[in-house]
Amino acid sequence: MKRNRIAAFAAAATATALVLAGCSSGGTDTDATDGGGDDLTPVTLQLQWLTQAQFGGYYLAKANGYWEDLGLDVEIIPGAVDIVPQDVLASGDVDFAVAWVPKALASIEAGANITNIAQIFERSGTLQVSWADSGITSPADLSDKQVGSWGFGNEWELFAGLTEANASGYTIVQQNFDMNALLNHEIDAAQAMTYNEYAQLLEATNPETGELYQPEDFSVIDWNEVGTSMLQDAIWANAERLASDEEYADTAVKLIQGAILGWIDQRDDPQAAADAVTAAGSTLGTSHQLWMANEINKLIWPSTDGIGHINEIAWDATVEMALDTKNQDGAQVITTDPPDTAYTNEYVDKALDNLESDGVDILGTEYEPIDVTLQEGGN
Amino acid sequence: MTTTAPATRRARRWRAVLWGVLGLVALAAVWELYKLVGPADGWLIGAQEGVTGSGIRLLPRTSDQAMPHTWEMLARAASPVTRAPGALPLGVVVLLAALVSLGVAALGWLVGVTVGFALALLMLGFRIAERAVLPFVILSQTVPLIALAPLIRNWGSRLSFGDFSWQSWMSVVIIASYLAFFPVAVGALRGLQSPEAAHLDLMRSYSAGWWTTLVRLRLPASVPFLIPALRLAAANAVVGTVVAEISVGFSGGIGRLILETAVAASSDPAKPWSPILGAVLLGLVAAGFVALLAAFLSPFRRQETLA
Repeated sequence: MKRNRIAAFAAAATATALVLAGCSSGGTDTDATDGGGDDLTPVTLQLQWLTQAQFGGYYLAKANGYWEDLGLDVEIIPGAVDIVPQDVLASGDVDFAVAWVPKALASIEAGANITNIAQIFERSGTLQVSWADSGITSPADLSDKQVGSWGFGNEWELFAGLTEANASGYTIVQQNFDMNALLNHEIDAAQAMTYNEYAQLLEATNPETGELYQPEDFSVIDWNEVGTSMLQDAIWANAERLASDEEYADTAVKLIQGAILGWIDQRDDPQAAADAVTAAGSTLGTSHQLWMANEINKLIWPSTDGIGHINEIAWDATVEMALDTKNQDGAQVITTDPPDTAYTNEYVDKALDNLESDGVDILGTEYEPIDVTLQEGGN
Repeated sequence: MTTTAPATRRARRWRAVLWGVLGLVALAAVWELYKLVGPADGWLIGAQEGVTGSGIRLLPRTSDQAMPHTWEMLARAASPVTRAPGALPLGVVVLLAALVSLGVAALGWLVGVTVGFALALLMLGFRIAERAVLPFVILSQTVPLIALAPLIRNWGSRLSFGDFSWQSWMSVVIIASYLAFFPVAVGALRGLQSPEAAHLDLMRSYSAGWWTTLVRLRLPASVPFLIPALRLAAANAVVGTVVAEISVGFSGGIGRLILETAVAASSDPAKPWSPILGAVLLGLVAAGFVALLAAFLSPFRRQETLA
């Protein structure tokens, strides 16, 4: 009996040791703020989703030391299901955040005092995908159909398109992280990002042919072509601190400047971006990650006014749709015009000027996307 | 007698292991059997011709996408997580993540057990505290975790003094402990109040004080109530950890891995199952940990059953 107790105690002690080992590794993971040198300014950047090539430019800026060269020690904080980046920013938990414009506009109307300081993505990556034989080729065809959407502020381009086309009788179905609902014919059209869910379809095996699904198997509605695209990934800053804190305003310019260099690296070498996010802990498949890096490039490059510069026409169009569009619950993004502080080109233009005088190509007029071959499962 | 006792005990232990393995094999067999005989597209009632998504599904699909073969899951777990050079096998990544989550869950469990036990002592010592606190203890568990998690993260991130700053794993620990303290508070209070009046009178006749009564009588008497409470707390701490990881953004744990691999459900269906099985394993290890603790406390338990 006694030996049994000793054995039990030893086992318990071993388990405790293992547990503590587990804790310490958990602790060091997040403890990146102390990593940099003494004279670097610590900065936190909140992403809107998990580590992946969608944010490749930021990871490259960090990995290649662009921020460090500018005197910043940037900690990139991945998002999660209940993390609303612009709200985390507004409550002062982080210094900067990456968020879609319509979602941030809604937060601004709810009281968040934040400013769009760089519109990194010029184009929208949102698609509505259906089967090629379904006959759905335009938003009007979505009438009386089962239409998948993620909701939570990701649905506004879809609703702007449905409203514009006077579509009626459709049912909005809450969509999951995967594309099984479309593949199993549970819905007629699924929401998909060019850089993620659309690739998931092309990585899945068609049980009829035994080969991967091909682009010809699907019919795609691209909101950029329909004309109801809205601005997506932008860098947001705290409006109050921009106005009152000179050092913070200076940091904003440096953050944008370093990030742009990272995005240029992703443009010139998508594989490097895919490798950087994989090194940062992403477990997405290798070909999927490269596909994502390449598709993200297409949303940025070639850049009309220089990467990050907020195009007034595109901004106004997004605001107008945000004011006019109602979703299935009758809710709309915003009810009044956003304040003047909602966006500014002051900081991004400074960063672009600095880069241009260094001879950096901020337009990417020569940009050509690469061809990515997706493997089964994205592996 | 002394020589045969350990032998039979060892035999019994091997038999327990054997039954455990048999249980696993049976589970896999049931999975494969249903996959074999079940309809590939499941079974729907009330589906209308030509109307997508109509009808109510009574039997799940058995397609390879919905239910990968058990050996495919094993093969996927054994192959590297990505094609990146030096990528670890998925199973190893899952085990490492489970270990991180186990550490966080264990901390949450410790905090929860400490708080729960302290509350139980408070309620034992002051009748008025029992009346005032117990309703709130029960009320606390009706607040949905999904509402609580962002709040805890938000409040925590406002805390910083000196070199201390709030880390996201601390939010996860708090959420895990929030679920873990409840069974301990209720179970320990019940256990501490369990001695019969005659035993309490005996202590009083020895003119033993409140603390002596607590240590000599109430604590040992509470053990049979405490052990199931600790086991519940362990299960709650694991659930709280996995949910909180997904909710508040803590990287490196099994919850995050479940979220991250969910996107592969269409194209690499065996992949998301690995972290799910990892979470199950995590729960089993946590339960085993408490079982060890229970073995350590068993003398007290026997004393109580004899009394």
